[in-house]
Amino acid sequence: MTDRFVLSVLVNNQFGVLARIAGLFARRGYNIDALTVAETENPAFSRMTVVVGGDDYVLEQIVKQLMKQVDVRSVERLTQKDAIFRELLLVKVESAPETRQDILALVGLFDARVTDWSEHALTIELTDQPDIITALIDRLRVHPILEICRTGLTAIPRGDAAGVPPVSGA
Amino acid sequence: MSGVLSMNGARMIVDTLIEEGVEVLFGYPGGAVLPIYDALYERRETITHILTCHEQGAAHAADGYARAARRPGVVLATSGPGATNLVTGIAAAYMDSTPLVALTGNVPLALLGRDSFQEVDIAGVTMPITKYNYIVKSPGEIRASVRDAFAIAQSGRPGPVLVDIPRDIAEAPCGAQREKRHSPCVPVPSEREMDAFARALARARRPVLLIGGGVVADGAGVTAAMLAERLGAPVCATLMGLGALPWDHPLFLGMLGRHGLPEANRAVEACDLLLAIGTRFTERAAEDRRQFAGQAQIFHIDIDPAEVNKNIPADAALCGRAGAVMEGLLARLPAPPREPWGAAFTPFARRAFPEPGTPHALIHTLWRLRTPGMTVVTDVGQHQMWTAQTYGFSRPGELITSGGLGAMGFGLGAAVGVALARPGRRVALVTGDASLHMNMAELATAVALALPISVFVLDNAGLGLVRQLQDEQCGGRRFAVTPGLRTDWVRLAEAMGARGLSLAGQSPERVVREALTTEGPCLTHCPVDPACNA
Ligand SMILES: Cc1ncc(C[n+]2csc(CCOP(=O)(O)OP(=O)(O)O)c2C)c(N)n1
Ligand SMILES: [Mg+2]
Repeated sequence: MTDRFVLSVLVNNQFGVLARIAGLFARRGYNIDALTVAETENPAFSRMTVVVGGDDYVLEQIVKQLMKQVDVRSVERLTQKDAIFRELLLVKVESAPETRQDILALVGLFDARVTDWSEHALTIELTDQPDIITALIDRLRVHPILEICRTGLTAIPRGDAAGVPPVSGA
Repeated sequence: MSGVLSMNGARMIVDTLIEEGVEVLFGYPGGAVLPIYDALYERRETITHILTCHEQGAAHAADGYARAARRPGVVLATSGPGATNLVTGIAAAYMDSTPLVALTGNVPLALLGRDSFQEVDIAGVTMPITKYNYIVKSPGEIRASVRDAFAIAQSGRPGPVLVDIPRDIAEAPCGAQREKRHSPCVPVPSEREMDAFARALARARRPVLLIGGGVVADGAGVTAAMLAERLGAPVCATLMGLGALPWDHPLFLGMLGRHGLPEANRAVEACDLLLAIGTRFTERAAEDRRQFAGQAQIFHIDIDPAEVNKNIPADAALCGRAGAVMEGLLARLPAPPREPWGAAFTPFARRAFPEPGTPHALIHTLWRLRTPGMTVVTDVGQHQMWTAQTYGFSRPGELITSGGLGAMGFGLGAAVGVALARPGRRVALVTGDASLHMNMAELATAVALALPISVFVLDNAGLGLVRQLQDEQCGGRRFAVTPGLRTDWVRLAEAMGARGLSLAGQSPERVVREALTTEGPCLTHCPVDPACNA
C-alpha cells in the first residue's frame, strides 16, 4: 500500500548536503513530493522536511539509507497527530471589478491575506496545512489562476522537546 | 634546504597520511597535484609512492592493497582526467566495501566552477560511489578532512572516501587545524536481541549458513566455521565470501548462486533456516527473490542496517560486526555441536575432479601447485567463475576479485596492490583475454617493481561470459564477442619486460610450476576451448 510520509531530517549544515540527500533519493528511485530545507537555530545544522510517497518497504529503506549518511544526524517520521504541518502558498488570480468581492470573500474565509494588488490581479498568501491550501486553490479556480507557488511542507513536532543540539555542543 | 620546512597544505596532507600509518600510496601526477608530489618527494624515505601507468590501475592497486592488508588503500590523482580515471576503481571499492582514500587535486579555488583547464567536479561525480567526499576549501581543514576520510573509510561498513584539494589550498601556508570530527561507530545488538535470535536459531532443523564478504572483511572465518559446526549446518559462500571457510571443511559446499555449485544451491533450496552473514543477497547470489531459499526463514547478520530487508526480507536480523555477533551467538547456543543434517550434500572437498583439458582442470592445477601464502586475483568473466567454482581457498583474503561492480580490468592493478601488501608472497592473476586487453599496461608497472605476479590469461578468443549470455538469452545470436584480436601474448609479455610462457602443446603441470617459480612478473598464455561455459 503506498502512502505519503513526512520525514524530518536533521543534517550537518555542510557544503553539498542538499545535493547528497536529493541524489540519494533520485538514485534509489524514491519519489520526493516535497522537500524544504533551511538552517536551524544552531547554524551548524539544517532541517530538511521531506515528503515521500511509498509503501512501508520504501519508508524503511529511506530511513536506513538516510541514517547511513555521514551528514545526517537524525531522522524522525512525523504524523499529523504529533506534529504541526505547514505550507506557504502564493497564488496570483486574475480579478476584474465584478469578481473581486468573491475573491476577497474566499480570502476572508480561509484566513488568507492579499499581499499584492494590481489592476487585473490579486496575489494571495496563505500559510496552512497542505489540504487547506489545496482547498483554497480549488475554490479559486473559477477565476483564472495566473500562477501558483507552494513551498512544500515544513513541520515541527508538538510539545516541549528540543530537536537540535544547542550551539555550544556542536 | 634550510632546517625546518614551513608548513603548507601539501606537507600537511603528507604528514597526516604518515600519521595515519600509510606506508604505500598509488598515484599519477599532474599540474594540480604538483605541490603534493613535491611534499611526497621530501618524505620519500617514509612513504613510498607507486607510479602506475593509468590512474584506474592505481585505484585498483589501492583497492587490492586494502583488501590484502586489511587497512585503507590510498590513491592520488591530478584534477580532471586524472580524477575521472579513478572513477571505476572507486566504484569497485564501493561495491565491495573496501576502505579506500582517494585524494585528488583540483584547480585553484578561484578557478573552480569556471570550466577551467582540467577542472572536473569530481566530488559531484563520485557522490554516489563514495561513503563521503569533501572539497577542502580552507587550509585549516586539511588535517581534519584527511583524518576524517580515514575514519569514515574504515568505520562500520568500509568504503571509499574522496578528498578533493584545490591547488592553492595545497600551496597555502597552514596554521591552526580544525579538529577531526568523525568518530567511528559500529552497531551492536542488544543482549535481548541476541538471546531471541540464538533461541530461534537453535530451533532450526535444517539450518544452512551463507557466508558473504562481510565475514572475509572482518577476518571472522574461524568463528563462522565454529558456528556452522555448532549448528551442524552446511555452509555456502557468495563470491566475496570464498576463503572464509577453508575448502576442506567438511561442512563447506562451495559458492552458491547463478554461477555457483549445484550442491550449494540445493542446500539453500532444502534448508528451513538460512543464516546469512555479511551479504546483501545480490541477484547473482539470489537470482529469483521469490523462490530463493523457498522453505526457509531468513536470519540475517550485517554490519549495515540498511542491508536488512533490502533485497530479501529477513525473519530476524542482528546488526553488528560479523565476528562479534557470531561469537555472541556461540556463547548462547547449546554447547554440544549438533549432528550435521546435510549428509546428502557432497562437500566441496569431495567434489569430482575436473575433466582434463577443461579450464576447470587448469584452475585445479594452479591450485595444486600453489605456493605458500599465494593470493589469487581475478578479472571478470568466465575465468573468474571457473576460479570461484574450482579453486580451494583456505583463508579470508586469499581470493581478491571485483564481485560487486564486476569491473573487467580490475585484475592487474589489484595484483600490483596485493603484491605490495604481501611482500615476498606470490600473486596469481587469473584473467581473460578481453579483461587483460583492457588494462594490460600495468604489467609494465609490475615489471618496474619486479613483483612476483604470475598472470594466467585464459584465452578463449573473446568475451566468453557475454558470448554465453548471448547463447542463453539471445537465441545464440553472437555479436561483438569475438574481437578477432591477434595479440601474441608471449611476445607482448617479453616486450614489456616480463617473462612469457605458453601452455599451447605443453604439459600444464610443468608450465604452471615454472610460472609460479619465476622470480619477477610472468605471463602465461593459456588457450582454452571457446565453447566452454561457466
Ligand atoms: C568494464 C567492463 N565492461 C564490460 C563488462 C561486461 N562483461 C562481463 S564479462 C565480459 C567478457 C570478459 O571477457 P574475458 O575477460 O576474456 O573473460 P572470459 O569471460 O572470456 O573468461 C564482459 C564484456 C564488464 N564486466 N566490465
Ligand atoms: Mg575471454
